[in-house]
Amino acid sequence: MKGFLKRDDDFSVRREKIAGLSDEALKAKFWADIEKIVDPLLDLARTHTSPSIERSVLLRMGFSSLEAKPLVEGAIDRGLIGHGVGHVVYRIAKEKQLDLRRAGLEMIDGQHWDDAMKIFKGGDR
Amino acid sequence: MTPLKPDERINVHEIMKDLENYRPKRRGWVWREKSEEQVYGPFKYKDMSTPLKNYVGIPAAAYFENIDPQPDNSITTEIASGRFEDDIRRMRMSAWHGADHIMVIRTAGQSHFDGLIEGTPQGIGGIPISRKQVRAHRKALDLIEEEVGRPINYHSYVSGVAGPEVAVMLAEEGVNGAHQDPQYNVLYRNINMVRSFVDAAESKKVMTWARILQIDGAHNANATAREAWKVMPELMVQHGINALFSHKVGMPKEDISLSTVPPTSAPAPSVYFDLPYAVALRELFDEYKMRAQMNTKYITSSSREATVTHVMNMMISRLTSADLQSTITPDEGRNVPWHVYNIEACDTAKQTLTGLDGLMDLIELKSEGPLRDTVRELKERAVLYIEEILEVGGYFEAVEKGFFVDSGKYPERNGDGIGRKIDGGVGHGTVYEREADYMAPVTAHYGDNNVAQYDAGAVENPAGLIDGSTFEKPEKIVFIDELDPEDNVNTRMAENERLRGEDGQSTLVKPEVQWLGDGVVQVELFLPAARRVSEYAALEFGKKMNLKDIEIIHSEMMHPSEGTRVQLKGTLDYEVDLSKLEIPPEPEIMSDDEIRQEFEDHPIKIVAATIGEDEHSVGLREVIDIKHGGIEKYGCEVEYLGTSVPTEKLVDAAIEMNAQVILASTIISHDDIHYKNMKRIHEYALEKGVRDKFIIVAGGTQVTPEIARKNGMDEGFGRYDRGVNLATFLVKRRRELRG
Repeated sequence: MKGFLKRDDDFSVRREKIAGLSDEALKAKFWADIEKIVDPLLDLARTHTSPSIERSVLLRMGFSSLEAKPLVEGAIDRGLIGHGVGHVVYRIAKEKQLDLRRAGLEMIDGQHWDDAMKIFKGGDR
Repeated sequence: MTPLKPDERINVHEIMKDLENYRPKRRGWVWREKSEEQVYGPFKYKDMSTPLKNYVGIPAAAYFENIDPQPDNSITTEIASGRFEDDIRRMRMSAWHGADHIMVIRTAGQSHFDGLIEGTPQGIGGIPISRKQVRAHRKALDLIEEEVGRPINYHSYVSGVAGPEVAVMLAEEGVNGAHQDPQYNVLYRNINMVRSFVDAAESKKVMTWARILQIDGAHNANATAREAWKVMPELMVQHGINALFSHKVGMPKEDISLSTVPPTSAPAPSVYFDLPYAVALRELFDEYKMRAQMNTKYITSSSREATVTHVMNMMISRLTSADLQSTITPDEGRNVPWHVYNIEACDTAKQTLTGLDGLMDLIELKSEGPLRDTVRELKERAVLYIEEILEVGGYFEAVEKGFFVDSGKYPERNGDGIGRKIDGGVGHGTVYEREADYMAPVTAHYGDNNVAQYDAGAVENPAGLIDGSTFEKPEKIVFIDELDPEDNVNTRMAENERLRGEDGQSTLVKPEVQWLGDGVVQVELFLPAARRVSEYAALEFGKKMNLKDIEIIHSEMMHPSEGTRVQLKGTLDYEVDLSKLEIPPEPEIMSDDEIRQEFEDHPIKIVAATIGEDEHSVGLREVIDIKHGGIEKYGCEVEYLGTSVPTEKLVDAAIEMNAQVILASTIISHDDIHYKNMKRIHEYALEKGVRDKFIIVAGGTQVTPEIARKNGMDEGFGRYDRGVNLATFLVKRRRELRG
């Protein structure tokens, strides 16, 4: 099949180490161990981003889904996504003293990316 | 907006108008309100919520002052036509039947769409979730909830590869509940696991801001596993991972609902499995909400069987708890979005949960014995499962090794789980590490966000950097209407406009199942033959009935050779113009005073009996007895002869007592015996030469007035007629006779 583990039900052996736990202690162990599973996943999420997250940021900044897509692609192509695509647009607007939406729309037209690269010291992916 | 009128269909054109400027009335999930003492009609309840303003009660409500007790569980309905404009009418009907959680199923394939879908293309088995669609639905529900007098929660999906964007759109549009569980993406949609969990944290943060009730996806393991009752330990682990991950992102526990499902069904001894599992889950997850999903693993195309499973599952809900009760229908088993069955399932939920009201005041679950032993065992198996996930290196490694959806009862492993690669799946390689200066100037963003580099004062409010995000300033939302000039709601509605009408009140009607005007009908046949040949014969009967696109949707053997029940569907291409129908006026009902006066001025004697070999007496007693509001209260003199009275004896008694009215009750209707008996009374009275002396009427649940009259009765009374209908008729008839 898929080469995954096959094993008979050895519950009666495995349970020996937890058999003595009270119901409360068993419940506490359930949650403590679940926490050990989810903590690294939360850390991963805290320190990483994705195209969808960046597009969701741009939506909240007042861009449409059709506008968010090329902005995120532009940032990925230039190795800038790690700074936050909303951040790149925000910074360009600030530097050029443009309204946020205008800055973004001009970037969709291909403008300002060289400046963004300089500011964020991005390079090829 | 103009409030809805119960006697007018909702005008979908109105809903579509000015959508670009529509803002939802509110945000967040609303549970039903429970007051201290729930009184409906003559009953006091324990587990009910506040009443609706407008509703349709279950059919038996007609016997109980038309009460419609609303259980304290929120009730879900699932709607899946593929055309959101048609779903709007379905939402309204469901709401009248007690649904306050409307789940509109998403089209197949959207979970792999990397971005938001815009416009209103048609879906398959559901609808493409888009801003315009969601806004139209929430706008319609804002009207419908006013009409029924209870907040209605609208549900959508934050799963797939575009979760965070969908979550933002749903938050902006006032959606109240959503599925969100990265494990669902990983296991069933083969979306890369790293991407799924990174995205999930953002999605959950957004949902938290909008107070969207989250429902997880663990029940799918039950629906997928080969022997579903064996995945119980895993289900608890999956619930645990999603619940704690969500809570640690910031979601309050009361906004996190487990999608629980009784793992098995009869003919298995299902309660012996399902009850301990339900108890174990509720003990481990006592701070979280429970959504009681129905078992769909073992659903077939039998609507009867699905209904019984539903009822059995709801008994588990009442024996434990269910904040949210689902109502899956046989549609799930035969893949036809037949809305009447969705409504029936809402009624099934209402009927069952109401019938089981106060159950736990009467009984309690045993504190020792097999229930407790199994509860403990399930928890231990789950704890051991988690330990082994940690032993192999964590969640991702466990998925790679095929831990999940294995058909073995853990720690048994059958090696048939769903395995995914950490560096595989849709969206692999699309997760990027955040730089030290990573920043996102918006509300509800999860994770490292270096706002302080611009303004230390904005750390708590990153959107302050841009003078508010769309969450604070909805006017910043960009609304996209349509992208596809052909595949959109405007072209679809134009095609069947004659059936809808500009004001939504077209008089042309056509049967429908899925979409307005689809012409689909269901036909039920019994054929005295074996199953396979019966199915083919049924198709021939369908053709003879002028149906097109005929399909067998269900068949059941009654006996290997004696007979088969077949249900088929087909399309009937015919429309009826309601304005051209000739419909007799509704029966007139006189006031109590007018009837009483008549009988005082012109005294009346009635002889009544249940005729033939028929022992039923309840219906007749209700029509007669004063305590049931029967005709005695108007001052009639009624001589009740009893049940199983021969027709001749009834007529003879009327002659002897010098009565003016003969009242025959007839319930049994096999072989039209009820009509045959009517004819006998009539003919016997003729023979005796007394037919002119009597007003002869017959009543019963299967009596149709027209047919009763054809069989010699002065009038017939059916299932819904009461004493007042009979009395009104008698007054009018006697006035006619007097001239």
